[in-house]
Amino acid sequence: MEIGLAHYLTVAAILFTLGIFGIFMNRKNVIIIMMSIELMLLAVNINLVAFSSFLGDLVGQVFTIFVLTVAAAEAAIGLAILVVYFRNRGTIAVEDINMMKG
Amino acid sequence: MGRCLPLGRGGSPRGYLMVVQALAFYLFATVAVLSATAVVTVRNPVHSVLLLILTFFNAAGLFVLLGAEFLAMLLVVVYVGAVAVLFLFVVMMLDINFVEMRQGFLNYLPIGVLIALVLFVELAFVGAGWALSDDKVAVLAHPTPAGLTNVEALGQLIYTDYAYIFQAAGLVLLVAMIGAIVLTLRTREGVRRQKISEQVKRDRADTLEVKKVPVGRGI
Amino acid sequence: MYPLIVFLPLIAATIAGIITLAGAMSSTSDAGHGHDSHGHHHHGVSTSDRISQLITVGGVVTAFIISIFAFVDVALGGNPITVQLFTWISSGSFTAEWALRFDTLTCVMLIVVTGVSSMVHIYSIGYMSHDPDKPRFMAYLSLFTFAMLMLVTADNLIQLFFGWEGVGLASYLLIGFWYSKPSASAAAIKAFIVNRVGDFGFALGIFAVYVLFDSVQFDVIFGNAEEVAGTTLLFLGHEFSALEITCFLLFIGAMGKSAQLGLHTWLPDAMEGPTPVSALIHAATMVTAGVFMVARLSPIFEYAETTLAIVTVVGASTAFFAATIGCVQNDIKRVIAYSTCSQLGYMFFACGVSAYSAGVFHLMTHGFFKALLFLGAGSVIHAMSDEQDMRKMGGIYKMVPLTFAVMMVGTLAITGFPGLAGFYSKDLVIESAFAAHTAVGTYAFWAGILAALMTSFYSWRLIFMTFFGTPRADERTMAHVHESPAVMTLPLLFLTIGAIFAGWFAKDWFGGGDYEEMLAFWNGAIFMAEGHQALEHAHHVPGWVKLAPFVAMVSGFVIALVMYKLVPSLPRQLANTFNGLYRFALNKWYFDELYDKIFVKPAFYLGYGFWKSGDGALIDGVGPDGVAAACRNIARRVSALQSGFVYHYAFAMLIGIAALVSYTIWKMG
Repeated sequence: MEIGLAHYLTVAAILFTLGIFGIFMNRKNVIIIMMSIELMLLAVNINLVAFSSFLGDLVGQVFTIFVLTVAAAEAAIGLAILVVYFRNRGTIAVEDINMMKG
Repeated sequence: MGRCLPLGRGGSPRGYLMVVQALAFYLFATVAVLSATAVVTVRNPVHSVLLLILTFFNAAGLFVLLGAEFLAMLLVVVYVGAVAVLFLFVVMMLDINFVEMRQGFLNYLPIGVLIALVLFVELAFVGAGWALSDDKVAVLAHPTPAGLTNVEALGQLIYTDYAYIFQAAGLVLLVAMIGAIVLTLRTREGVRRQKISEQVKRDRADTLEVKKVPVGRGI
Repeated sequence: MYPLIVFLPLIAATIAGIITLAGAMSSTSDAGHGHDSHGHHHHGVSTSDRISQLITVGGVVTAFIISIFAFVDVALGGNPITVQLFTWISSGSFTAEWALRFDTLTCVMLIVVTGVSSMVHIYSIGYMSHDPDKPRFMAYLSLFTFAMLMLVTADNLIQLFFGWEGVGLASYLLIGFWYSKPSASAAAIKAFIVNRVGDFGFALGIFAVYVLFDSVQFDVIFGNAEEVAGTTLLFLGHEFSALEITCFLLFIGAMGKSAQLGLHTWLPDAMEGPTPVSALIHAATMVTAGVFMVARLSPIFEYAETTLAIVTVVGASTAFFAATIGCVQNDIKRVIAYSTCSQLGYMFFACGVSAYSAGVFHLMTHGFFKALLFLGAGSVIHAMSDEQDMRKMGGIYKMVPLTFAVMMVGTLAITGFPGLAGFYSKDLVIESAFAAHTAVGTYAFWAGILAALMTSFYSWRLIFMTFFGTPRADERTMAHVHESPAVMTLPLLFLTIGAIFAGWFAKDWFGGGDYEEMLAFWNGAIFMAEGHQALEHAHHVPGWVKLAPFVAMVSGFVIALVMYKLVPSLPRQLANTFNGLYRFALNKWYFDELYDKIFVKPAFYLGYGFWKSGDGALIDGVGPDGVAAACRNIARRVSALQSGFVYHYAFAMLIGIAALVSYTIWKMG
């Protein structure tokens, strides 16, 4: 059968949902959260490229490049914060990180 | 969609190629979804990262199928090669214990699944119900130019219409790099270093002291 | 030049006030020494204190000298003038000017006020020498003098009211001078509040005057009094004769200020203030403001016959009532205070029978001998190491001869000993009351005779208890008894001269002699209507009437002599026999208790209730406190959402997104 736009969008939706699922369901460690964020960004990228391809419009791909850039930067900073946090706290279990409790 | 796939009119592949395309698509998609699920559920965080890398690879495959080979390459080189490896470094460095899934997980499971399902259904609803309008050609910002590779076409766009954003992206990366260094840099105690500025700043008063010594006596 | 009389004390008060503030701000006073210790060492009067004293004394003495000139020129020379200063209020048809009116009545009052005030100022230098707050005291004294002078020189009712309130304020400040003493503070508040009740009536009276005359200027009022006399005014739903109700309201003000029966309760408590204050304010000047006001407004009072009758009755009753209480009081100052209250009653019933001149005459002589008595009592208190209870005095007449002499003179004057000041004025008052030939006049006459008897009794009782007999004070106090310094005795001497000669000197002006001469003296400042001829007939009363006061005086003296010198056990026996009457008089006819029950306690409950429930619980509770508490509550609950866990936040975001998207889809589809 013909693979249409809807297929790609479905895949992206599933990946996105999995990413969200990973953020609030995980109790293990914070790195899983970061990876879930990457998953979500990946899903968005798939979406963008799919639309770009099916519409014949290159803007989607250009935008994907920039999303990629920003995702990389954000991953770097996030991991740096994590490292420093681990140095000070000694743990990255999600349940123990509640110092912003108001 | 360039020269990569033999396309008929309307842009859809012909005959057996269609089967190949479908097969490839389902393969990539299934593995991507399965490995993504595994990322959030396996216990060992190193396994999580490796499975994430697998997901990226499959996504890159999907990109190739869509005709965006530059992006697929970018995904592999940057995402897998840099970001995922960074994840791996951090996971290994932090010496994390394998933690059992805590008890609270099961409490939230029903509601979490429910919300996730709702979201997925909505996304699918929106996505599937969307129809390509007939005058799409008129609203295209940058139609794919014919006769160019994906890389060339992208290059023509990025360095002209989107040059500012390109530069800004570079700045973002620069700031991220500086930020990461600033956050994590530790200076080790007791290591001798040279402070060039101090050395150059030295003047006579810091180093010399003239003492009047009477004849025949010492200091 | 005459305005200087009024404004020199104000300038002096301001300077002394600035010195006070400067002293308070630099706060280097040694507050440890007060008036309690009785060493006579001067703490080295500081320069600023001395300056304040000299300036205030100088100001008021200069005012007194100018007042003498004014008196000679205006009263004796017959040149009344009005000095316009500037406009105060100009609103539509209502104008109020600042203007100083100098006519005979004013000048008489000026002599009294500035004279007694200057003597009190000088006396205070000595009396308050141990007090650390001298500049403040002198400033308040001069402030009071200014307000009183403003009152007597007022050309319109608003200005008079300004002075009226000003003396009330100064009275409050001076009674509560030692403000750290709770009884003094309470007495000051009591004085102010009771005065306020009177002032309320006075203000209503001024409003009525404005409604009737469309002006508050005296000239306008006096000119139109006869026309307005026939009109009526609607007040509290009833039609009253316009001038009757107006004058009645104005008289309520006088009752408050002059401590007449009903609004008298503040005067004995006012003795909490220093003795010079009692001498100045509560003997000679402030309490006489009511009498002055009635005399000043004689042109309209003369058309209000009923009100005049009320004035007579109230005055006579006060004279009698206060005298009964004065007979049994043990505090030397309170005896003199009730004596003042009683004598004020005399002045009022004199005005009530239209013998305004007699009332003012008695005002003038009373100013001298009452101030003398108070200052002398201050001297006694000073000598007895601040002891005020007469039961703890006695046997000191040889040790303080000068004080003793002046007190004797004062007592002779107040009882109406022939030849001294009180004789002329008091007898004129009593004779006028008789000569009015009205029911109220006769009532006033008999009340006056009885009060004269009691006056004589308690005055001599005071002398005997204080100066004669075996000393009842302890040895240490007796060892300290000494005469006051010159700065305190010189004013006493001056007032003595006044107490002796003022009556004889001035009797012709005030009606003790020729009626026509009196009229010429007043020169229109006081108005007496046709048919009100009490003063004119006062000289033609039967002989027994003329002798009656003298007989009363002698009787009182004899009774006092018997009870307190010859048979000292008699007072205790009589008190035990007539215990009810004795207690009744000792407790001031239970007026304070009555007022407390009727007015004070309900007012407190009301105020307390409004404060706690109304303001506190309701307004504050719903308003600021309620809002603040609600804020805190809500904030606390909302902050519980901030668990600190990132995944909780993400979950919340997710739910939010799901909801938003659902809503959007629902809206679109």
